[in-house]
Amino acid sequence: MGTVPVTTVRMAGRRPRRARFLPWAPLVTLVVMLGPVLAGILGTLAPAFGYMPALQGTGLSLGPLRALLEWPGLWRAVMLSLGVGLGATAISLAIVTLICAGWAGTRSFTMIERLLSPLLSVPHAAAAFGLAFLIAPSGWLSRGLSTWATGWTRPPDLLILQDPAGLSLIFGLVTKEVPFLLLMTLAALTQVRPASSLRVAQCLGYARITGWLKTVFPLVYRQIRLPVFAVLAFSMSVVDVAIILGPNTPPTLAVQVVRWMNDPDLALRFQAAAGAVLQLGLVLFGIGVWRLIEIAAGRLGKIWVSTGGRGWRGLDQVIRGAALILGATAALAVIAGLAGQVIWSFAGLWQFPDLLPDGFTWRNWHRYGTQLAGPAGETLIIAGAATGLALLLTLACLEAEHRHGLRPATRALWLLYLPLIVPQVAFLTGFQTLSIGAGLDGGRMAVIAAHLVFVLPYVFLSLADPWRAWDAKHDTTARALGAGPDRVLWMVRLPMLLRPVLIATAVGFAVSVGQYLPTLLVGAGRVPTLTTEAVALASGGDRRVTGVYALAQTAAALAPFALALVLPRLLWRNRKGLLHA
Amino acid sequence: MPENAAFPPGLRFEGVTISLDGTRLIALDCNVDPGEVLTVMGPSGSGKSTLLAAITGTLPPAFRLAGRIRLDGQDLAGLPTEARQVGILFQDEYLFPHLSVGANLAFGLKPALKGRAARRARVEAALDEVGLSGFADRDPATLSGGQRARVALQRTLLSEPRALLLDEAFSKLDTGLRQQTRALVFEVARRRALPVLQVTHDHSDAEAAGGPVHCLGQLATRN
Repeated sequence: MGTVPVTTVRMAGRRPRRARFLPWAPLVTLVVMLGPVLAGILGTLAPAFGYMPALQGTGLSLGPLRALLEWPGLWRAVMLSLGVGLGATAISLAIVTLICAGWAGTRSFTMIERLLSPLLSVPHAAAAFGLAFLIAPSGWLSRGLSTWATGWTRPPDLLILQDPAGLSLIFGLVTKEVPFLLLMTLAALTQVRPASSLRVAQCLGYARITGWLKTVFPLVYRQIRLPVFAVLAFSMSVVDVAIILGPNTPPTLAVQVVRWMNDPDLALRFQAAAGAVLQLGLVLFGIGVWRLIEIAAGRLGKIWVSTGGRGWRGLDQVIRGAALILGATAALAVIAGLAGQVIWSFAGLWQFPDLLPDGFTWRNWHRYGTQLAGPAGETLIIAGAATGLALLLTLACLEAEHRHGLRPATRALWLLYLPLIVPQVAFLTGFQTLSIGAGLDGGRMAVIAAHLVFVLPYVFLSLADPWRAWDAKHDTTARALGAGPDRVLWMVRLPMLLRPVLIATAVGFAVSVGQYLPTLLVGAGRVPTLTTEAVALASGGDRRVTGVYALAQTAAALAPFALALVLPRLLWRNRKGLLHA
Repeated sequence: MPENAAFPPGLRFEGVTISLDGTRLIALDCNVDPGEVLTVMGPSGSGKSTLLAAITGTLPPAFRLAGRIRLDGQDLAGLPTEARQVGILFQDEYLFPHLSVGANLAFGLKPALKGRAARRARVEAALDEVGLSGFADRDPATLSGGQRARVALQRTLLSEPRALLLDEAFSKLDTGLRQQTRALVFEVARRRALPVLQVTHDHSDAEAAGGPVHCLGQLATRN
């Protein structure tokens, strides 16, 4: 036996002819996703320190930073951004945790799960418009109360929307971040077998929520830390929602940076860049603060676990109820807000305090429908291209992982979350500066490239788990029957995974449809999409036109989800094995 | 694929060892003649399925394979799975759920058989052989366990393999069905002169096969 030559195992001794791109796919994907982020940060740093030759900034200076520090609203804007970010994240995480602790595995929880996808796909701006109509002094809640409780005949003089403390902004963010975090938590829960841990805890006498928090939460939190950071970074630096629901004087730092960016006075670009760098620092600081809170909570949690307290069943029931009410409020706010948009878009005369308009008309749709066509077409082209590219790269990466064993390390997950954690204003302003330099200024292609940065992580995150969970014995079986890797991919794997592929496509599409800042900044305001138009029209205060645009925006995001649910049911209506896959 | 006259036909293991992290899991040096069934037995985790992965070319990179595996004289090293002409049946049938029974069978048919009618006729004949005439348009999910096992067998045979591997292929079937399916598979393999390697933890599978038995962990082949 000693003379027997050693053969190394190579699955692909004969290289598949058309698969040359695959081994490069992970690298290409990283470059496409992180290239603009890193280049954009550099492009932001340079003008922040006075270097921008196009605007006669040829030397390095601290002038922009000084100008930023001299802006009187800076301290308030910074505190507002920090407070809104930490507040929205903490409230969203608390609601998600308590809903899972109190309801996971129950029938109510299954209903919540079903609501997730549609809620997630509603663009942030559309949800914010809806919420604005609900809670504004002239909004639905106030109208509802006027008829029997308050007797208001005119909208009350209350600063509910755009309140200086940013409470309505926090509320708006929570309504959208709860579904996102819940989805991420559900994915994490499948890996930690929560039911058996909870059963053991309950057998030992622990109340449900206490048992869940002590046994399941520590494992789950470790898995959702990056999504939590993404929520924190997003909430601290969001622009469109903050324009609609946030305070104005001063606004959050990110909104102020965008104002400076779009100011006719080009000299303010330096100050904007300095503000963007400060925003990046602020997000890093916010994540640092959150990390400290994590450590403190971890220590306190360990002490709490070691005390052996079983929790009080009565309190447990109260918390369960409260969690469900809070979660339902967040969901209802989005749904009722959208219903309000529908009614406004068809409303004839609708005076305060009437709960419904005097009549319904198609006039608004006739009037604004023709204007919708351009932005709607642009939205579909950009979302289609960005999602198509993202899907192609994601599939190539996952197939490279399968065929060549190029599986990323767990640490590489950070890279995937980087575009979601680095605040958009911090690199998009730089990306815009660079694209001006490269002559790509304001083009559709540049906007598609910018959208791809945000669409890719979501498409990858939603497709990777089902792709990897596919039983590889199907592959062995098909290849043993003589099928090459390409035939297995097209004839077996993709058809079997049609549903997750379509859902990932729908997620990507919805992410692209909802992008405000990348479209505005990288498109230099010359690539109008439904989202940029809707936010621009919001300042006009005409609820009819806002309703029309917000609905069109929501429809563009929701339609692919509907297709993703309906298509597999149609295609596989005679295939029982795939109907519930 | 021309037969190499210097080697006997069948599935041949020449000083094959498979190790993981320096620990030798499997050592095999034998020939499975055409129509013969070699049964490899051993407890869970002993490396039975690893041996099959080495033959199909799907061994994970963490394992180290030494020695040569030859099929009808041809060294399998470096050949991709689809070029090895080795059929495999698992405990689950792995019928593709998006394809009809007929399309599953057609997936195994060689592309050299041209023409829709000819391919369809070949599929129908294969179904007829195992008492499943008229099942071509059925959804695989609506078949019974025994029917699925027969479809999986016929699909594999249509791909014209030169050897057959059985990975606990009968362990999910109840006793009566198990004897019936086992008898069918072994009979077909003998008729087609296919060398068969089955891994199992069930002695009745080994007895039914009637061939040599290799027990993992003992590193010995006994008749």
